[in-house]
Amino acid sequence: VIDPFGRPQSLVVLGGTSDISRAFVRRVVAGRCHTVVLAGRDPRGLAEAATEAIASGARDTPTVLFDASDAEHAGDVVDRCFDAAGGDVDVLLMAVGTLGDQAVDEVDGSRTARVITTNFTWPAAALSTAAARLRAQGHGRLVILSSVAGVRVRRANFVYGSSKAGLDSYSIGLAEALRGTGVGVHVVRPGFVRTKMTAGRPEAPFATTAEAVAEAMERGLASGAPIIWVPGPLRWVFAVLRQVPAALWRRMPG
Amino acid sequence: VAAPRDAEELAAMLARPGAGSGAGRTGGGLIARGLGRSYGDAAQCAGGTVIDLRSLSHIGPIDAESGQVEVGGGTSLQALLERSLPQGWFLPVSPGTRQVTVGGAIAADVHGKNHHRDGSFCRHVTTLTLATPAGVHRIGPDQDPELFWATAGAMGLTGVVAQATVRMTPIETTWMLVDTERFDDIGGVMAAMEEGDARYRYSVAWIDCAASGRRGGRSVLTRGDHAARSDLPVRRRSRPLLAPGAPHLTIPRPAPSGMLNAVTVGAFNELWFRKAPRRRDGALHSLASFFHPLDGVDHWNLLYGRRGFVQYQMAVGPDQGEAVRRAVSVFTSSKFPSFLAVLKRFGPGDPGPLSFPMEGWTLAVDLPVGPAGLATLLDRLDELVAGAGGRVYLAKDARLRPELLPVMYPRLPELLAARRRVDPDGLLRSDLSRRLGIDDLRTVPR
Repeated sequence: VIDPFGRPQSLVVLGGTSDISRAFVRRVVAGRCHTVVLAGRDPRGLAEAATEAIASGARDTPTVLFDASDAEHAGDVVDRCFDAAGGDVDVLLMAVGTLGDQAVDEVDGSRTARVITTNFTWPAAALSTAAARLRAQGHGRLVILSSVAGVRVRRANFVYGSSKAGLDSYSIGLAEALRGTGVGVHVVRPGFVRTKMTAGRPEAPFATTAEAVAEAMERGLASGAPIIWVPGPLRWVFAVLRQVPAALWRRMPG
Repeated sequence: VAAPRDAEELAAMLARPGAGSGAGRTGGGLIARGLGRSYGDAAQCAGGTVIDLRSLSHIGPIDAESGQVEVGGGTSLQALLERSLPQGWFLPVSPGTRQVTVGGAIAADVHGKNHHRDGSFCRHVTTLTLATPAGVHRIGPDQDPELFWATAGAMGLTGVVAQATVRMTPIETTWMLVDTERFDDIGGVMAAMEEGDARYRYSVAWIDCAASGRRGGRSVLTRGDHAARSDLPVRRRSRPLLAPGAPHLTIPRPAPSGMLNAVTVGAFNELWFRKAPRRRDGALHSLASFFHPLDGVDHWNLLYGRRGFVQYQMAVGPDQGEAVRRAVSVFTSSKFPSFLAVLKRFGPGDPGPLSFPMEGWTLAVDLPVGPAGLATLLDRLDELVAGAGGRVYLAKDARLRPELLPVMYPRLPELLAARRRVDPDGLLRSDLSRRLGIDDLRTVPR
């Protein structure tokens, strides 16, 4: 059950080793969350995240291993996570993703496929199954990490950006499909987040932290916001940027 | 949501879940709902079926001798009052709003301003018909008292109140004689209540939890009793009994969000305090303005905006006045806009294991959801209350830490035993029961 302050009691995290996932887990576990299912690719990273969750107060932290290049079996991974939770799941966080390396990815078909599978195909497949599980349960929320990079795709990172654009549009469609079922969808659109994934990259304006994203997600769960921008003003920044003519957009720095 | 048309349909719905029309899926459990005004999540059942009781709203004749009246579980207190007032009968216990059903009043074992004198609602119920998955039970304080008292305050988790007999209170007029007194701090009002409440049938204090510093905790104490006919001015004596009016204000929908903030609440509280006389005795008030000031505004609950609000209500023992003072200072030293903070003294509690009132003090504070830090502040208050041997009111709760439930309600196992008897498969469930772990009959939460 999610209380009026947005605090769930059970959580499934797909992509459980990312900095944003770990910040969100620390936050909800400090609240009311006793069960956290952590799924990811790296067993060592998952064990570390599980230890951290227990240290922050979780009772139960099963882990599930998967490979995000195998989109056909994404649904099985979700089923394993729900079974591991051993009861109702209040929130599922979709935090699977890779930044890729634009310069190399855009000239190498197999690398392009890998980025798009990891960021879009696998998550979309997993979300279909997760939505069905939550519908059967009659309640629950899907929190999906998108990115402002997908709001308007830029030359500088269009492989990553387009994969996030795909996931973002899919999520918004899914939210429509789930209206009236008791299941809610929150699409999270952070700007540049200082994490291990972006380490060494030049910072964009409105850069934020994993903790700030986690806090915004909890607030979004409390308010029911369908789209969560982090930081909040990016909503208005992108309302303008979306309208900028292509000739000008091309010259935008960053 | 499923809406049974009568008691038979209700009984069938519970006995054979999933069968019949409109019962819907019941894998997620069943819980009854009345008018849907509960502060907490007791009458929500995500993924299950909510039973809408509003059609079980008949009102029988009021016995002219005893004041007993048989009513449907879905009867609103408003409807009951409209019927009873012209005949000179008043509710034995009046919660803060008339928009409550009799079933809900029993499920929450509601209290009123007369708790120190008359106890809570279930003390005035002589019999009730409880529809459960294990059949329909006729119960009362002398008839299967275990199940009756387990039901008092159990938030619908022992069954659905199909019908109840309530003993009403005789009145000569629908007017109140009210004494009002103003205090500059919480200590003053608490001393006055300890000293003088016994002389009044009704007593309640409003505390300013929005003001900070020296003005924090200033209070307005109102106490009174029903006016006798001879107390009325001569021109009113010919028509001493008037039915309550309809609400005369309404909140536009959707209500503008965030209308209640530190500034508006501060201004409201300032006004409320200033408008109260320093001391005035024997003023004549209408029943409605004394008991249900909020009902003058239709849909007042929408004032808090889309995200709504939480109400925090705690009770502690008579010797735990210090816990009340500390709780008030937690609010006054925080920056959260709380208005309608209400302090009252409880008399001895009911035998119900989950009935909230316990002898001592109760403090209730309304807080809009939104400001960061409020959630942890309330968690801290829970620890304070539990440490003082007190409890929070489940009817108003949506956020308690499950581990604290058995600490605050040590007789929880008695409720679980009653549930095992009437609901062996754990069919009756709500968001509240799932959140606090009351739905799993096999385990008591740690």
